[in-house]
Amino acid sequence: MSTIIVHVEHTGGTARRASLEALGAARSVSDSVVAVIAGEGCEAAGATLGKHGASKVVALPAAGKSPDGLAKDVAKVVGDEGGKAFLCAATAQGRDLAPRVAALLGSTLFSDCTGLTAAGDSYTIQRPWLAGKLTATLESSAPVLCATLRRNTFGVVEDGGDAQVITADATTDFTTFIKEISAKSGAALDVSEAPVVISGGRGLGEPENFKILEDLAAAFGNAAVGASRAVVDAGWRPHGEQVGQTGKTVSPQLYIAVGISGAIQHVAGMKTSKVIVAINKDADAPIFKLADYGLVGDAFEIVPALT
Amino acid sequence: MNIIACVKRVPTTDIQPKVAADGTSLDPAGVKYMLSFYDDIAVEQGVQLKEAHGGEVTVLTLGPADSAKELRECLAKGADKAVILKDDAWTSRDAFATAQALSSAIGGMDAQIVLCGRVATDRDNAAVGPMVATLLGWSCVTDVIELKFDGTKGTAKRESEAGIETLEFTAPAVITCQKGLAEPRYAGLKGIMAAKKKPVDEVDVSPAAPQATVKQLELPPARPAGRIVGEGAAAVDALVDALRNEAKVL
Ligand SMILES: Cc1cc2nc3c(=O)[nH]c(=O)nc-3n(C[C@H](O)[C@H](O)[C@H](O)COP(=O)(O)OP(=O)(O)OC[C@H]3O[C@@H](n4cnc5c(N)ncnc54)[C@H](O)[C@@H]3O)c2cc1C
Ligand SMILES: Nc1ncnc2c1ncn2[C@@H]1O[C@H](COP(=O)(O)O)[C@@H](O)[C@H]1O
Repeated sequence: MSTIIVHVEHTGGTARRASLEALGAARSVSDSVVAVIAGEGCEAAGATLGKHGASKVVALPAAGKSPDGLAKDVAKVVGDEGGKAFLCAATAQGRDLAPRVAALLGSTLFSDCTGLTAAGDSYTIQRPWLAGKLTATLESSAPVLCATLRRNTFGVVEDGGDAQVITADATTDFTTFIKEISAKSGAALDVSEAPVVISGGRGLGEPENFKILEDLAAAFGNAAVGASRAVVDAGWRPHGEQVGQTGKTVSPQLYIAVGISGAIQHVAGMKTSKVIVAINKDADAPIFKLADYGLVGDAFEIVPALT
Repeated sequence: MNIIACVKRVPTTDIQPKVAADGTSLDPAGVKYMLSFYDDIAVEQGVQLKEAHGGEVTVLTLGPADSAKELRECLAKGADKAVILKDDAWTSRDAFATAQALSSAIGGMDAQIVLCGRVATDRDNAAVGPMVATLLGWSCVTDVIELKFDGTKGTAKRESEAGIETLEFTAPAVITCQKGLAEPRYAGLKGIMAAKKKPVDEVDVSPAAPQATVKQLELPPARPAGRIVGEGAAAVDALVDALRNEAKVL
């Protein structure tokens, strides 16, 4: 059975769910899964990873201050452990790390994968092309299969065993380093992570009116506010909230589109949501073709009633 | 300052793609092309660096000779020269082979900074920029929303799940451009006319064979048809009921 290396992210000692999904994906194709976890507090988070499918954990407490340094450290673990595959979550950090690791390993990268199967050392991957308008099934002949995995797609293992945690050194040979991380202003939940996303478009009329969406998000408790490009370009909402082909791809349990027409570039970023609700005053808006549940009418009547 | 912007032609974002008869490739009939959205930002950022510090912006692509059309657009917006690494099999090139071909060309160009798009809106790899940097052993910051660079060192901001990260780096560096970094300008008539006189060089290359074979390309399954629950605030109860009891997401 070939060994798979998984990079696991954590916040203050708690492993990120998206990374646990990557561990789960690795475990579904191999019994030999080595988790690599870096940065302050990583030993504590690392100790919990056996339960989620890791058979061994390599902790790099001194790594993570530099993206190129981290890539070298992780690539070294892949080499040392004889890894035949390297996986991580398709998060901002994972998507930064994976191509660097892949290049160090002389391998190409399969980004944002939605399917992974193995027959011995040979891997078959599924991933979206053209923002999900097509699904490609690909066979890898890379020296090491390197892939980032789409969130909310692979299951988390909860009944794994114990994993030995070993600690390794980090390289000091790097040219880029993270000087500071400041908390984002506004909503704590990122649209790409929230289980519920409530997005607003030009139909909201003016920026102040997003208040009704923020109130609805607060009522859910686990919701983030998203936006169409039209309102981001107009400066009503920050870039980080844009959903779509040139924004973020989201796949929440519930996506509520308010005053959004459903342009093809917007739809590309949210059509894999589990349940889609559309609120729009135009019964012919294209978004209704996609929505599981549509409400025709004025957002300013419907959204407060829903809250 | 020698500045390189890596750019790629991609299908337009409004494409309704069809799979070719072979079942493994995009049907080229009716496909229109554009400069990838983020590459426009990379070119703009390059031109702004040139305007602030002097120097020259070269746009570089690995692709078909036809890419000259997209490159001329970049020249019209202020880039100084263009290079096509001619690859007729460009649509089957994977991220690693692309990065290898680009990095060996870049290695000989004495650049201080290479600007790439965050992601090309065709295969959505978001890989070529950091791969180029890694192969060259250069600094790299991805998804950059704010950049300061003086030719020898720089500071860049990016957004991640952790927050807004500020990174410091030394030249030479590869920066991948996120929306918000720079607002692409329109090419004026003067720019369009000037672009006609700027050089577009073609270089023959033979990139490595891809490490990925497409077994199947298909349209994703259509979502099951939905329904209109009702009109106005009166329908809110029916919606909540459907979300709770039918979809079971509440
Ligand atoms: C290269 C490229 C990339 C793009 N990338 C993206 C992307 O990533 N994300 C994205 O979103 N777009 C993207 N777009 C833009 C996209 O084509 C659309 O222009 C945009 O999504 C429209 O935003 P909207 O739905 O908010 O506005 P509109 O299309 O103007 O729709 C507004 C809707 O609000 C409804 N409405 C009005 N008043 C009310 C009311 N009181 N109550 C309820 N409903 C109301 C209207 O009926 C209408 O359907 C891209 C375009 C291009 C060319
Ligand atoms: N064939 C290519 N020629 C030039 N630049 C490219 C090419 N492919 C990718 N790039 C650059 O790398 C970025 C990311 O592409 P990708 O990794 O394919 O998503 C693009 O926005 C370009 O800046």
